[in-house]
Amino acid sequence: MAMTVDLPALEQTAAPRAASARWSRFARPVLGLVVPVVLALGWELAVALGYSNGRLVPPPSKVFETIVALAGSGELSRHILATLWRVGAGFALGVVAGTIMGAISGYWNFARRLLDPTVQALRAIPSIAWVPLFILWLGIFETSKVALIAVGVFFPVYLGVMGAILSVDRKVVEVGRVFRLSGFAMIRRILLPAVLPAYVVSLRVGLGLGWMFVVAAEFMGASEGLGYLLIDGQQLGKPAQILAAIVIFAILGKLTDWLIEIAAAPLLRWQDAFSTRGAT
Amino acid sequence: MLALKEVGKTYPNGVHALERFSAEIAPGEIIAIIGGSGCGKSTLLRAIAGLDRATTGSVTLDNAVITSPHAKIGIIFQEPRLLPWLSVADNIGFGLADLPADVRRERVASALARVALADKASAWPRELSGGQAQRVAIARALVPQPEVLLLDEPFSALDAFTRRDLQDHLLDLWADTRPTLILVTHDVDEAVVLADRVLVMRPRPGRLFEQITINLARPRDRKSELFDTFKRRVLTALDRSLDRSVRDVTDKSSAGEAMWW
Repeated sequence: MAMTVDLPALEQTAAPRAASARWSRFARPVLGLVVPVVLALGWELAVALGYSNGRLVPPPSKVFETIVALAGSGELSRHILATLWRVGAGFALGVVAGTIMGAISGYWNFARRLLDPTVQALRAIPSIAWVPLFILWLGIFETSKVALIAVGVFFPVYLGVMGAILSVDRKVVEVGRVFRLSGFAMIRRILLPAVLPAYVVSLRVGLGLGWMFVVAAEFMGASEGLGYLLIDGQQLGKPAQILAAIVIFAILGKLTDWLIEIAAAPLLRWQDAFSTRGAT
Repeated sequence: MLALKEVGKTYPNGVHALERFSAEIAPGEIIAIIGGSGCGKSTLLRAIAGLDRATTGSVTLDNAVITSPHAKIGIIFQEPRLLPWLSVADNIGFGLADLPADVRRERVASALARVALADKASAWPRELSGGQAQRVAIARALVPQPEVLLLDEPFSALDAFTRRDLQDHLLDLWADTRPTLILVTHDVDEAVVLADRVLVMRPRPGRLFEQITINLARPRDRKSELFDTFKRRVLTALDRSLDRSVRDVTDKSSAGEAMWW
């Protein structure tokens, strides 16, 4: 008797809860857009209604116009390609060096005692401080820029790989020992898969730093690239061009980060991570 | 024949974990090692597995001295220790990498069926319950067909129902190829249900205190009076093993002595 009375009551509370769950899944990302969209529309309106001339802080429509104009003249793709090439080359070099050094330091205690103090000391130097030296050593052109980006990418990857290897669970390694894996098989079948999640994170951090350092690199005398657009916009008083370059940086940064995420996703499906709960 | 000859272990930090442990274990025999904490049970098991080397004495299997993990010796740990990046089927086949793919697939499939997890073949370890995960670990250890299987408190993390289930299941699987089983446990019930012989150890330093032969026919009825008698016998031995005033009886006890009534 009590059951038949209780059940409809339970259903009543459950239905709105399911609806609110659906609503929040859809609404949460939208909610995050409310503030920027309101600010942008507000600024657009303020300029349109004449409360501001919008010269130093151009309205969104002006920034959009600038992007379209740059794209139309072919200028934009030239700058984007120049920047992408620098980030790509610097990232590749930094990742290769960071991975090799990190793996050596993580795997061999002797190598870690020998190398790690030096690497950590170098890490303590703000990487921008290398700029004058890199220009003296490598010239003002591409090489010094790529080198600076590579230095920025190197440290998070090095630390990520070394830390990941050092923190591989002894119990999992013991499983490898029980099945008498050789050194190489132990690396391939136990260590590599175990360090992969942390490695992907370090790649993403490294890429983020790569985008940060490309701006610094392009500030030190470039004739093309998104960083050049920033400097050019400042020197010629074109705030819309600066904002356009910033927007494109944001889009490219997010896009390349997303590419790493997508590429790594099939390899990390096994993870018992917070985000996979409920999805399975 | 697995022979332990005066096996002793002192860790580098000076802890004297195990002292002159000797036993001979026949092929197909099921041994339970029981004792208070710190009595060197796990140390002994790791020495037999070849994971840690004994500092004195020797472990030999069919006259081969064991100093490192051996193809004929498998081990199941307290936690399943499945590799989280491999599916259930790949975890079970982990030790069969040297076999041709089709043979491996066949062996894994029959092992999956044997532990009643055929429907979980492509699942990730994180999707299994504790009992299922431990069943996968048992299958992984058994599939290379070891002659000796070591179990380090394999069911202690499971609830009472699952534990009882897996104990019966383990005996079932054991009957297929009859490997030697050496089981470290805290659980007197488990020792009496599974073992042909219970070795009671005493702590600080760990050494053999008493051997009790459980000559009960299988399957054993946990509720029978005879079962209780054996349990009481093991419990009494355990109590005595922790009483410092009782002298070691290691040298006098033999397998036949358990027929005391």
